[in-house]
Amino acid sequence: MEIATLLLDGFFLAFEPLNLLLIIGGVVLGLFIGAMPGLGSVNGVAILLPMTYLVPPTSAVIFLGAIYYGAMYGGAISSIMLGIPGASTAVATTFDGRPMALKGEADKALVAAATASFVGGSISVVLFTLFAPPLADVALAFSAPEEFALMLLAFATFVGLGGDDIPKTFFSIFIGLVFSAVGLDIISGEPRLIFMDLPGFFHGINFLVLAIGIYGIGEMLWTIETTKGKVKISQAHITVQRILDTLISLKNGIKVMIMGSFLGYFVGILPAAGATPGALMAYGVAKGMSKDPESFGKGNTNGVLAPEAANNAASTGSMLPMLTLGIPGSPTTAILLGGMVIWGLDPGPMLFVEHKEFVWGLIASLYAANFFAVIINLAFIPAFLWVLRMPFTILAPIIFVLCIIGGYAPTQDMHDVWLMLVFGIVGYLMRKLDYPMAPAVLAIVLGPLAETSMRQSLLMSSGSFEIFFFRPISGSIMAIAITLLFMPLINSFNKTMRREISSWPL
Amino acid sequence: MRRAELIMATLMAAFSLYTMWKSAELEIGWIPSEGPGGGAFPFWLAVGMFICCMLIFIRQFRQADEPINSLKNYMDRQTFVLFALVAGSLTITIGLIDFVGVYVAIPLFMIFYLRVIGDHRWLLTGTIATATPLLLFFFFEIALKITLPKGVTEPMFYPLYSMFL
Repeated sequence: MEIATLLLDGFFLAFEPLNLLLIIGGVVLGLFIGAMPGLGSVNGVAILLPMTYLVPPTSAVIFLGAIYYGAMYGGAISSIMLGIPGASTAVATTFDGRPMALKGEADKALVAAATASFVGGSISVVLFTLFAPPLADVALAFSAPEEFALMLLAFATFVGLGGDDIPKTFFSIFIGLVFSAVGLDIISGEPRLIFMDLPGFFHGINFLVLAIGIYGIGEMLWTIETTKGKVKISQAHITVQRILDTLISLKNGIKVMIMGSFLGYFVGILPAAGATPGALMAYGVAKGMSKDPESFGKGNTNGVLAPEAANNAASTGSMLPMLTLGIPGSPTTAILLGGMVIWGLDPGPMLFVEHKEFVWGLIASLYAANFFAVIINLAFIPAFLWVLRMPFTILAPIIFVLCIIGGYAPTQDMHDVWLMLVFGIVGYLMRKLDYPMAPAVLAIVLGPLAETSMRQSLLMSSGSFEIFFFRPISGSIMAIAITLLFMPLINSFNKTMRREISSWPL
Repeated sequence: MRRAELIMATLMAAFSLYTMWKSAELEIGWIPSEGPGGGAFPFWLAVGMFICCMLIFIRQFRQADEPINSLKNYMDRQTFVLFALVAGSLTITIGLIDFVGVYVAIPLFMIFYLRVIGDHRWLLTGTIATATPLLLFFFFEIALKITLPKGVTEPMFYPLYSMFL
């Protein structure tokens, strides 16, 4: 009952004229960002965060949350119409969405994607409302060792579940943490890691500089490379009647949508996993559940419904650990978390006590964003198709300019703009070699918290690492984290053993 | 690809060593009653980075199925030209901002990108190159009150400041 009252208060906040305007504006912007090939929620949030200084912090987070939501819907549009995923989270949508478009069923695929996104969004936001308060209550009992154990768990999920090359994942985590340590030592106040004695490093490396470098400049360089060939846009004939017919036909896919929503939500909570693997897993399960698995990949509507429900649910799922524990569940929420810290809203369980209004306003705005996203998405499909025809050579320089200004705005120091360019170029060159970038962004955001909690814990225990293992909560979290860290080793050992056994003469 | 991997691992290993050396400017061991020294956290992370680079290097070095001098799969000629044009123009633009400010450097960048890389018509190029700085000025300087760098063009903005701020 208390939740209902709090949520109602949240709705009052979300429906204040400015916030409502920002929700609708954010959703529209997010839909466009998501629809553009190569740009997803993380790019939109990273590039646009410095522009939100205009409004109060609560409204800024609501706006960015709405962009996040809109982008999740929009990602499907270019997956279906161009065959290029609008963002990595919509990769699985191309598998069946593109064949449907090529068969002349583009409208059906678009409506299916929007509907599934709505179902995924709705189920996940309800789950979020139910899970967030109890989790925050538990987290209130956490002190430094538990906090450190949680950070380690967040990094361990990248190693155990991220699916990327292991040494490269570790490298990405380490370098992100090192960048977070630049500036002044948090305890003694001495200057630390002032590379080449440049004075610009005294104020540390702002996480936005790395995020805009990688997700703005780096991503653009990547997209310029991948889309240099001509892209072919499919034709879609959309009428109200056809939309209604499609909606009715989707009732057969309800089971798939619900499965995708639950799967996506729970995968989304894990820091390394998030929307992309969530969507791919949901696609796999939908194929497994189907009586006709051969039709997948050839234009089966369920192949669009499952990943789209899952990626939207995952985006809400990833907000759960961010708000309740202060550990982001995805690169986008990592940037949101960094933004909240700038605005003086420390994410974590105390947020539910000290800034109740904000938390419930944000949750209510997710309900609202979900509602507006589906309406705007369906109503303006032709407008999004028009955007897809815009040459990338017009879009790219505009985004570059936004990156330059976005890199300058937070600290108003040209040093940061240069640093952003270096991160963008080096990040692009490393990404071509399959170095994962998300762990570094997560690490630079979590770094200061991880270092403080580790040093405080070690002070408490006079330097003994036992403190992390002999407290019930931190001990259990550490056990899971260590298992995840060793998962790749266990897997490769298993594989070798199996190969050995199968080569034995019987 | 293999050559690119080896070069990247070497460069990053060098950066790790440099980071270790910089971290060691502060205490990297244990300070009695104060806990770990200020340099300990980054130092041991840099050690971790170095080990990762070595692992990547050794693994690539032992992989004999690709010729060592191959960069072909990493970046073909067309990609390289495009990359050099974009990255180069961005570098020059940011360099120019220091001297002539955002409002000269950015339109020049837009004109270069739209005309040379995008091959768009002059009318479109001109419109976007004029509209961008105007929007930047009104959004950042007037609405957000964030002063963008103007270099030597600063005095030209005094009348605008008195008009809008």
